Amino acid sequence: MEEINAKGGILGGRKIVLLRRDDESNPSKGLIAARELIQREKVAALFGGLDTPVSLAIVPLANAEKVPFMGTWAAGTPITRNGANPNFVFRVSAVDEAIVKYSVKHYSAKNPGMILVNNPWGESNEQGLKKALTAANMKHAGVEKFEGNELDVVPQLSRLKNSGADVLYLVGNVGSSSQVVKSLDKMAWKVPIVSHWGPAGGRFTELAGPSAANVHFVQTYSFFGDLSPTGKRVLDMLMKKYPDYKGPGDITPAVGVANACDAAHLVAFAIQAAGSTDGDKVREGFYKIQNYDGLIKKYARPFTPQNHDAVTADDYVWTQFINDQIIPIKH
Amino acid sequence: MLITAAIVTGIGLGSMYGLLALGFYITYSVSGTVNFSQGSSMMLGAVLAYAFVVTWGWYPPLGLLTALLLCGAYGIAVKRFAVRPFVRRDSNAWLMATVAVGILVDNLVLFTFGKEPRRFPSQLAEMPVSIADVGVYPLQLVVPVVCLGLAAALHVISRRTKYGKPLLAVVQNPDAARLMGINVAGAIAASFAISTVFAGIAGILIAPLFNVNSDMGTLFGIKAFAVAILGGITSAWGVMLAGLVFGVLEALVTVLFGSVYTQIVMFALIIVALALMPNGLLGKAGVKKV
Repeated sequence: MEEINAKGGILGGRKIVLLRRDDESNPSKGLIAARELIQREKVAALFGGLDTPVSLAIVPLANAEKVPFMGTWAAGTPITRNGANPNFVFRVSAVDEAIVKYSVKHYSAKNPGMILVNNPWGESNEQGLKKALTAANMKHAGVEKFEGNELDVVPQLSRLKNSGADVLYLVGNVGSSSQVVKSLDKMAWKVPIVSHWGPAGGRFTELAGPSAANVHFVQTYSFFGDLSPTGKRVLDMLMKKYPDYKGPGDITPAVGVANACDAAHLVAFAIQAAGSTDGDKVREGFYKIQNYDGLIKKYARPFTPQNHDAVTADDYVWTQFINDQIIPIKH
Repeated sequence: MLITAAIVTGIGLGSMYGLLALGFYITYSVSGTVNFSQGSSMMLGAVLAYAFVVTWGWYPPLGLLTALLLCGAYGIAVKRFAVRPFVRRDSNAWLMATVAVGILVDNLVLFTFGKEPRRFPSQLAEMPVSIADVGVYPLQLVVPVVCLGLAAALHVISRRTKYGKPLLAVVQNPDAARLMGINVAGAIAASFAISTVFAGIAGILIAPLFNVNSDMGTLFGIKAFAVAILGGITSAWGVMLAGLVFGVLEALVTVLFGSVYTQIVMFALIIVALALMPNGLLGKAGVKKV
């Protein structure tokens, strides 16, 4: 947003102002905060956060109030594919199905087991993964759920092992994912783990121990490797703004930074194309965006009335934790 | 193998539920009230121990002892500010007040400690050992021993020592106990302190097996209360037994029927068990002479 404002803002010189509220990962609090931002602060657009349950709670409000809601992280499929018409929800983030393709390509998965957090995020992933498995003509070893605060996941994992799971699909935030890894250690079960990006959100190696590296998880972007000119520019900008950033490894979580960076630009383009901050016109404005050389990729008509997800499976980067850093996997 | 794994896991989990539930037993027995922020007390024990031992690098026994002392002080504060004012007015509002204190503490810790879970290092939770072909961390074997030891100590102290007997007198007849020179308010405060210290011990024992974070006690607190009711909240051994039964059944239901059904089956079983045994596993119906 600072970058956009430095270039003169939008709509003939209007500056973008960021108003922040904390949803505390709680759907009710997220909904209250979103209502306040829409009704009292009259925001032009909302940016969503990490948690699918929170975003799913906000989606009906955004559609009812006709305020564009841009997802920057939460990956639950029904957030953008929510059945509303018109649909005011857009996203620059991953969706669920990539996990199946990766497991087949790199682990020759034939009978994967799902170990999912027991909340709407896990629920939406279960639906998305089952759909992707059906499309790939594959069966699965079973679906097991764990609570966000589950101490021991051995019983659930034992069932999956007993059903012959050859790969595990993991969906959980950093704390609960680490409990899954520790439980696998206890069982001495060396099974490939393909994960959603929950582990990326914190100190995964500290929590899960050395076996954290066994978890391969999806990302939309990595600041490691050969960066595009946009990547170099953003990295330089971040290191100047935040003196604690000494290198790409310090930008955590990279995926949140990258998604939010591109999402902010795309929202600005949509408002510019709309020529106004009117919600319905901005929604139409998203469809008018043509080309944008972003951080994650070069976007070409990122949104259409049928597709509200700007990032697709072809854009994902697969990574693992090596010590404290998220490193792209080289196969 | 599947069943063995479930039983080993369940005993470890169940003894922790039991330890936390003992806190409900202690305060209910002495004062007829319970501290619904028991899950938060557990979290507080783990967070304080983490702050002293890991963040500030204190000598571990000193850090753990200080954390437990502060947990005890927290229990006394809960009794003083969230229970006593309402009990004095014959109001049951302490139910809500203790819940509110728990939420307050959880949020204070969230703001100060942060949202990110942290690892509490312990050599007893590094390398699993194999028992009957089931991998467990050594700490998982220590937990049931500590919990049963504390339950036994509580039993002996309350029945056979000059410090415990006044508690029993307060349970039976507070007015008569007061007339006999027993410090009733002090006994009740002590019961709250002991209950939160037990919760703190549970938090410290669980922390290396789990992660330290501000809401680590929420689910445990709910399950521990279910365990306390199931055991018969007036029996220490009943509460410990119920903890073990709950933990083992929970793990067995998960391996036999799938985790989707665990909570549904467990809480349905509690309702059925209480319908059949209204006073819990080992509890006795209260007798009031008129």
